[in-house]
Amino acid sequence: MNAAAGAAALDAAQVWAWLGDVPDPEIPVISVVDLGIVRAVDVVSSEECIVTITPTYSGCPAMQVIADAVTDALRSHGVARVTLVNQLAPAWTTDWMSEAGKAKLKGYGIAPPQQQVIDISGLGRGTAGGVKRQPMPKLDVICPNCGSTHTQLTSQFGSTPCKALYKCMACREPFDYFKCH
Amino acid sequence: MDDKLTQQKFDYLLRLGDNALILSQQLSQLCGKGPALEEDMALTNVALDLLGQTRLWFSYAAELENAGRDEDDIAFLRDAHDFKNCLLVEQPNGNYADTMMRQFFFDSWHYFQLLELTKCSDPRIVEVAQKSVKEVTYHLRRSGDLIVRLGDGTADSHAKTQAAADKLWMYTGEMFTYDAVDQAMLAAGIAPPSDVLRQAFLEHVAEIFAEATLTMPAPDAWMQKGGKQGTHTEHLGFILAEMQFLQRAYPGAEW
Repeated sequence: MNAAAGAAALDAAQVWAWLGDVPDPEIPVISVVDLGIVRAVDVVSSEECIVTITPTYSGCPAMQVIADAVTDALRSHGVARVTLVNQLAPAWTTDWMSEAGKAKLKGYGIAPPQQQVIDISGLGRGTAGGVKRQPMPKLDVICPNCGSTHTQLTSQFGSTPCKALYKCMACREPFDYFKCH
Repeated sequence: MDDKLTQQKFDYLLRLGDNALILSQQLSQLCGKGPALEEDMALTNVALDLLGQTRLWFSYAAELENAGRDEDDIAFLRDAHDFKNCLLVEQPNGNYADTMMRQFFFDSWHYFQLLELTKCSDPRIVEVAQKSVKEVTYHLRRSGDLIVRLGDGTADSHAKTQAAADKLWMYTGEMFTYDAVDQAMLAAGIAPPSDVLRQAFLEHVAEIFAEATLTMPAPDAWMQKGGKQGTHTEHLGFILAEMQFLQRAYPGAEW
C-alpha cells in the first residue's frame, strides 16, 4: 500500500515540469523541453523513470551536457534511477520547438526558425530527372532587434551548427538565426 | 562475425564512417586559419557534423562486429591500410579553392548517397541517413554556392578553382566504382545502384560548373581508385599520425 502511494507521488506530468526547467547549455533562456529534445517520459516506479531524448545535430557537443543535466535535475528532485534513451528516429526537427521557446529565443536576440522542416530534396532530382540547383529559400527573417524583414544572410553557419548569421539592413545589427532543420 | 553479409555490411559502414572522419579531420585542421571568420566557423561546423555522423556509423559497425571494440577503437586504433575512405577526402587542404572543390565533389556524392540510403532496407542505416542528410543538405548548398562565387569571381579565383577541379576530378570516379562489398550491399537493398548515383552527381556538378563558368572535366576521364580497398595516397599516413597521436600516446582517452 505504501509503495503504491509512493508511486503516485511521481507522475509523468511532474517529470515534464521538472525537465522544463533544464536549460539548453548553449541558449540558456530555452529549456530542453522547449527545444523538443525530450521525446518521452516513462515513469517506471516511484524512484525510477526513463527519459527518451533525440539529439539535435549528429555532432552537437552539447548533447552530453544535456544528458547529464537531465539526469542531475531529476536526481535533485529525488528520482533515484534515471535511464536515458537516445532515439535517432524520427530525426529531430525545429518543427518540434515550442511556440513559447520561439518567443524566448526572439527575446534573447536569436531569430526563431521561420519555416517548416528543411526540404532535403531541394537539391535533388528536379523535373524530368534533371537536377536543379536551388539557392537558399528567400526568407523574410525578422530582425530580433528592430523587427525589420529587410535582412540578409551573411553565412549559413554561425556560432553553432544550428544557427546562421544574418545582418539587418535596417538597424545594421548582426544577429543569429536559428535555422530550419 | 561469421556471416559473410554481416562482414560486408561492416565494411560498407566503415567506408561511410571513414569518409566522414578523414574529411572532418582535414577540415578541423583549418580551425583558426579560415580565410574569413564566417568561413572559419563554417568549416569547423561542417567538420563537427561529419564527426558526429562518423560516430553513428562506427557505433553501428562496432555492434555488428560484436568483438568488444567501440567507435573510439575503430577511429583511433587502425592503421592506414585498414582505412577504407575514398582517396578524394585525403587530398591536402591546399589553397581555399582546393579545399572547397574537394568539399563540393564530396558533398555532391554524399548528399545523393544519403538520400538513397534513407530508402534502404536496413532500418538503422535509414535512421542515420535521415539525420545526416539534413546536415549535408546545408553542406552541399554552401559548397555549391562558394564554387559559383569562386569560379565566377575574379580571374585569379577562376583560375585557381578550375585548377582545383582539374586536379581533383580523377579522385571522383572511385565513389561510383562498385566492388564486391558494394555489389553485395546493392543486392541486399542497401547501396543504391551506382549509375543512379553517378548520374545525379554528374548532373549536379554540371549545373554548378555552368553557373560558375568552369569547364567540367570529362566524365569518362581516367580515374584513380584503391581507397575503398585500403590502398591510399601518401597523405593518409600524415593525417592519421596527427589524428591518432593522443589515443596512442594515452591509451583509453575518450573523445
